[in-house]
Amino acid sequence: MPYEAFKDNEYIESLVKELQENGTNVVVGAFDKLINWGRSNSIWPLTFATSCCGIEFVSLGAARFDMARFGWEVARSSPRQADFMMVAGTIVNRMVPVFRRLYDQLAEPKYVIACGGCAISGGPFRNSYHVAKGIEDIVPVDVFVPGCPPRPEAMIYGIMQLSRKIKVEKFFGGVNRKEKQEKFLAEHPVEGVKD
Amino acid sequence: MQDLSFITNWIHTTLLSFLPEWAAVTVECLFVGVGLLLVYALLALFYIYYERKLCAAFQCRLGPNRVGPWGLLQSFADMFKMLIKELIRLDHVDRFLFALAPYLVIIASMLAFAVLPWGNGLQVIDFNIGIFFLIAVSSIGVLGILLAGWSSNNKFTLIGSLRSGAQMVSYEISIGLTVITMVCLSGTMSVTGIVQEQSDLWFIFKGHLPALIAFIIYMIAGTAETNRGPFDLPEAESELTAGYHTEYSGMHFGFFYLAEYLNLFIVSGVASLLFLGGWMPLHIPGWEAFNHVMDFIPSVVWFVGKAIFLSFIIIWFKWTFPRLRIDQMLTLEWKYLMPISLVNLVLMVLVITFGWHF
Amino acid sequence: MATITEKIAKLFPQATVADGDIPAISIDDAGWHELAAALRNDPDFAMDYLVTIVGMDWTDSLGCIYYLESTANHAMCSVTVRTTDRENPMLHSVSDIWHVAGIYEREVYDFYGIVFIGNPDMRRLFLSIDWKGFPLRKDYDMNPELNPVSIESERQSDTTDTYVETPDGKIEKKTVEIFRKEDFVVNIGPQHPATHGVLRFRTAVDGETIKKIDVYMGYIHRGVEKLCETLNYPQTLHFMDRLDYFSGHQYHHCLCNVIERAAGIEISRRAKVIRVMMDELARIASHCLFMGTFCMDLGATTMLFYTLRVREQILDIMDKTCGARMSFNYGCIGGVMQDIAPDFQADVKALLEILPKNIKEYNKIFTGNVIAKNRMEGVGYISREDAVAYGVTGPSGRASDWACDVRKTHPYSIYSELDFEQVTATEGDSMARFKVRLREIEESAKILAQLVDNIPEGEYCVKVPKVLKLPVGSWFEMVEGCRGVFGVYLESDGSTKPYRLKLVPPCLPLAAAVDHMTQGQKIADLITIGGSLDYIVPDMDR
Repeated sequence: MPYEAFKDNEYIESLVKELQENGTNVVVGAFDKLINWGRSNSIWPLTFATSCCGIEFVSLGAARFDMARFGWEVARSSPRQADFMMVAGTIVNRMVPVFRRLYDQLAEPKYVIACGGCAISGGPFRNSYHVAKGIEDIVPVDVFVPGCPPRPEAMIYGIMQLSRKIKVEKFFGGVNRKEKQEKFLAEHPVEGVKD
Repeated sequence: MQDLSFITNWIHTTLLSFLPEWAAVTVECLFVGVGLLLVYALLALFYIYYERKLCAAFQCRLGPNRVGPWGLLQSFADMFKMLIKELIRLDHVDRFLFALAPYLVIIASMLAFAVLPWGNGLQVIDFNIGIFFLIAVSSIGVLGILLAGWSSNNKFTLIGSLRSGAQMVSYEISIGLTVITMVCLSGTMSVTGIVQEQSDLWFIFKGHLPALIAFIIYMIAGTAETNRGPFDLPEAESELTAGYHTEYSGMHFGFFYLAEYLNLFIVSGVASLLFLGGWMPLHIPGWEAFNHVMDFIPSVVWFVGKAIFLSFIIIWFKWTFPRLRIDQMLTLEWKYLMPISLVNLVLMVLVITFGWHF
Repeated sequence: MATITEKIAKLFPQATVADGDIPAISIDDAGWHELAAALRNDPDFAMDYLVTIVGMDWTDSLGCIYYLESTANHAMCSVTVRTTDRENPMLHSVSDIWHVAGIYEREVYDFYGIVFIGNPDMRRLFLSIDWKGFPLRKDYDMNPELNPVSIESERQSDTTDTYVETPDGKIEKKTVEIFRKEDFVVNIGPQHPATHGVLRFRTAVDGETIKKIDVYMGYIHRGVEKLCETLNYPQTLHFMDRLDYFSGHQYHHCLCNVIERAAGIEISRRAKVIRVMMDELARIASHCLFMGTFCMDLGATTMLFYTLRVREQILDIMDKTCGARMSFNYGCIGGVMQDIAPDFQADVKALLEILPKNIKEYNKIFTGNVIAKNRMEGVGYISREDAVAYGVTGPSGRASDWACDVRKTHPYSIYSELDFEQVTATEGDSMARFKVRLREIEESAKILAQLVDNIPEGEYCVKVPKVLKLPVGSWFEMVEGCRGVFGVYLESDGSTKPYRLKLVPPCLPLAAAVDHMTQGQKIADLITIGGSLDYIVPDMDR
């Protein structure tokens, strides 16, 4: 799919621009490119689903949508080996500590996609006594995919957006995403976990 | 069949012309080491791609096709990512053993790599007990897995590694017995010797029924030895999340991941050595013209081709069968495979004694 | 029916009995346990299946409504038991009579704070140990500061409370150990590939053998029942898609049935036929996915992709008519949301054509496989008596020879006119559960074949007042979901919103029966059994 086909990537474009303005070392820049090529083309999901969206995620792996085309089919059950977390489904109060622990267990670089209305804001269950109103307060989120549940096509688009975001990162200094993440984790500490 | 040893001999004499012998040998060792590492890495990456494409084909999917032409670079991207992924430091583990385990696993498979007969005259070292050495070093791998499970301080990894220990120790018996069966037929333990013995006919045809039985048992036991489905209990995804390597991240996990595929190659390589003639081309007695044509295909292609074909069968197993349960798996080995291979050994000895083989 | 009510009136003079579709008995707590034993054991009643316990808050009193059914003649009755004590409400437990009551009572305790005397395990079920208040009480304080979202791990206890009545009538609280110190407890879940969602098993193992399982739920408890009380009737419907997301159509069907009966709305035959067809399509899709995920749990990943092909085809049919792949929100009060798509019939026929071929393929790949047979046969056996006592309904119950298909026992909609068989098996093991589902696909296809050319003309949705008010009263309806009996209890106070909407999920008893079925089996068998029961966690948690 050509990059130009996506007209709504302004914020990624502006990130690229900002990064280029500061100038890059030739060698370091080349390494960055190589690393980003590897990272953005190999994003392995964590098998994690709480409800309906998870079933659409299964469909995403099946023959019709086949996420293996992009190399995303290596779903790891152990968070240590996964790259991103597709938060597919409602996160309720009781699940929050577990969910946060899973996030902490992911190895850097780690990304989170909030998939579906429930993960984004609580969705139809927002007014409930036992539902977290969006996962943004629990972990830093990279991509939001709306829908209830989102169609597999939307999920593919969401993960591709994540892949684009990874492409403009900088491994050697000036990492644009890591600062935000560190700030977030400093504001939301968990006892006994060093980030 | 051209002998590739002239290349190695040429390198040796060229080096000797301007270096003392000890230096020449050191340089050669370095060459061999680097070469092996390179082949090792490339083969592993190829195997990962191969399995993913095959699995996709079995499941009516396309498989990786976005990264590079036909997705060929997919496993390279995976490896780059894994190389720079964080190695998580765990708090309550035995640090030394935890770090040692993946290297043990990878060393075991690399050592086994050294004695494989890659081509005519193309092998690192030609022991007179080559096949024995191979069996001996390949069983170091289980140590790595046991250590990984034990040192991680995690219940899933512990169960996974204990399963793995039980499984590999059991199935090694079958492997050993089938190898002995074939050694009986060849009369030598040297890897080149075994290949040379098959110059007129491959052992699987030569050895009649016992060779065929040994082949089947070896393939089953070999699949179990590599911890692949339907014997993938140590890392049974749906039971133990990721089994013995649950706690490993980054390149440490990468080593386990690579070693798994390399072991697949080694098992099928040994099978092709013992049953399908190693690098020996397909020769049929009496068909002189055919045999001559076959000789034109390089020996390396023969060996790697056979190994990849046998791996295809093992991968096919994985994507077809459900997983066994631990007790069923042990029953299969101790109550069926081992007795059968013992009887088979006797049968082979009879066949050889009475000269019933071709 | 009259004889039963008379007999109860004679045996228990303190009880009041009201006749109706379902005779409603009400009794005080003192006589309840005795009545329960009589209902269960007296051959005239033989009410051996406890459908559900509905916790209630009538503001002046708290209480429970027990729905009972006899598996022999499918007669039902309800029993209401009340207590006026709001500070320390206590009722007597019937978990010694119906096993499934144990988990239902825990649910009521969790929601209403009613303590059951004699229940061996009085912990909270869905909410954490430190949760303040009982959410389904009418005076529950919804202030989020009382129970904040916390990222700190919740407190966990290895002990549970039980309340015992001493001979002199006093109630004593006792502490019981769940796991002993020396037990090797493996935590399976909540994030685990084989729990089908976020269910957590604390499993005590001896080597590979399972000694005991303690099930933790509530990791996806979304408080649907409470939310329903704040919404008007048409709004409550959309939650039905999000409980058991495969049985969305059946669940819609059930809630619509209740509301339509309460409001006295008669829907057109066209709408009925469409609903039934959608139900059966959903059943096929669900069973297909079951087979796939079950085989994946056993390690045969490839099967998932074959079964998902059929599911995708069904989703296409639904996509065209309902406009979504999941969460259809198709059934509505008075009929269905919109008329069927023009090529609906052709698509269904195409599906019916490929189904037998596919089933044959599944049998060839999986059912006949020797490893699959070894993994499933004799694993997770549950006898008919136990299935009834544990309330294991649906295909899992029918695999234990319990004919519990609501489409046959209490025919609703047009099911009584249709020709189909109730699939049962006698083995009661995982293999039987697998095979029953496989055969149910064939039966569903049979129903579809009967209806596809006979969709009558007419309106797909009758006129329903914009603001729907139901008369004061209570209603109970059941349908056959994909995983078992789904029931809805509705109590109305005459306003536009339900006073109490209790959903009876089939998956809760299934999860509660796991401990019983896995005793002495291997860890791998837990996965087999869990897979073969095919529970959906958001359904049991609600």
